[in-house]
Amino acid sequence: MSKFTKKKSGELPAVNTASLPDIVFMLLFFFMVVTVLRNNNLLVLNQMPKADQVEKLQKDRSVYIFAGKPSARYQDKYGREGKIQIGDKYTDITSLKFALEEARRKLRPELQEKVMVALKVDKETNTGLVSDIKQELRELNMLKLIYITAQGNELDQ
Amino acid sequence: MARRATPEVNAGSMADIAFLLLIFFLVTTTIEKDKGIARQLPPIEPPTEEPPIIKEKNLFIVNVNKSDQLLVEDELMELKDLRLAAIEFLDNGGAVAGSPEYCSHCKGDRSTSSSDNPDKAVISVQNDRLTSYKMYISVQNELVAAYNFLRNRESERLYGWKFTEMKKNVADGNFSGDEEIIKSKLENIQKLFPLKLSEAEPKKSGL
Repeated sequence: MSKFTKKKSGELPAVNTASLPDIVFMLLFFFMVVTVLRNNNLLVLNQMPKADQVEKLQKDRSVYIFAGKPSARYQDKYGREGKIQIGDKYTDITSLKFALEEARRKLRPELQEKVMVALKVDKETNTGLVSDIKQELRELNMLKLIYITAQGNELDQ
Repeated sequence: MARRATPEVNAGSMADIAFLLLIFFLVTTTIEKDKGIARQLPPIEPPTEEPPIIKEKNLFIVNVNKSDQLLVEDELMELKDLRLAAIEFLDNGGAVAGSPEYCSHCKGDRSTSSSDNPDKAVISVQNDRLTSYKMYISVQNELVAAYNFLRNRESERLYGWKFTEMKKNVADGNFSGDEEIIKSKLENIQKLFPLKLSEAEPKKSGL
């Protein structure tokens, strides 16, 4: 047994994959941290209209209102008229104030005064429903709102 | 007897497990990026207060009917022409030179039948209850675009940067210089072309 026999030449050594789990774990943790599991189960159709003159939403101080036709699986039960959703349930226009107050109280106390209402409204909804919501917001004195839109411009089509 | 060495746990499948989890989180992740058109609602006026009187020529009326057609200043208009019409109206600066209302930064036609100055000019949007939300947002978008165009023009003239870009940078926190100064500059531009969009209560359908 000589120490100096040459190794078999020509064959490439196998790539060391020992650090592969570490790399994958790093990626895994990244995605685990940034993942936000949807906390709003959408009950309404929600296809936003397109706009390009937009500003960013400040998420920590916003209350979401969804509106639109009920989604396909709820249409038998709730019909096809535009509906408002706050949190996880349908809300009537008359009980909108209570629902909004409740949603506002969930925000951080120092931000409750700066609350911003994010309106996520389906593009096929009638404007009447939106103006009803706006009237309620005015009575509640929650005057800052933002119409959430998708990227693009309706003119381009 | 010496203690037996414990056999090593086979970690070969660890990568597979981690991959599975990774793929699950990759699929469920929705990095939300909500953007939209911000608006301030008018507070409810006490009923005794008289509404301010606005001269006819300082008012730009945009009417949207229930089949999403536009009527701008009593003329039928396509959505794509709205932006330009709004810019022309806002930028008109019809007040006579020398009067206190004279608008020195306006570059419009200075026609006497259109708005006096951007501070006086009010755009009024009237919707039908049955107007689609898509159309409503498109109209709002075009009108905001008109304001942004004019504000960009003025900020480039005065400070050499675009109003919309700087506003975005300030919101994101990536800009160099003093925040207070830039904010006051932004306010300055906003004062030159204040956003005056009025929305009347939508009319009942069919009227």
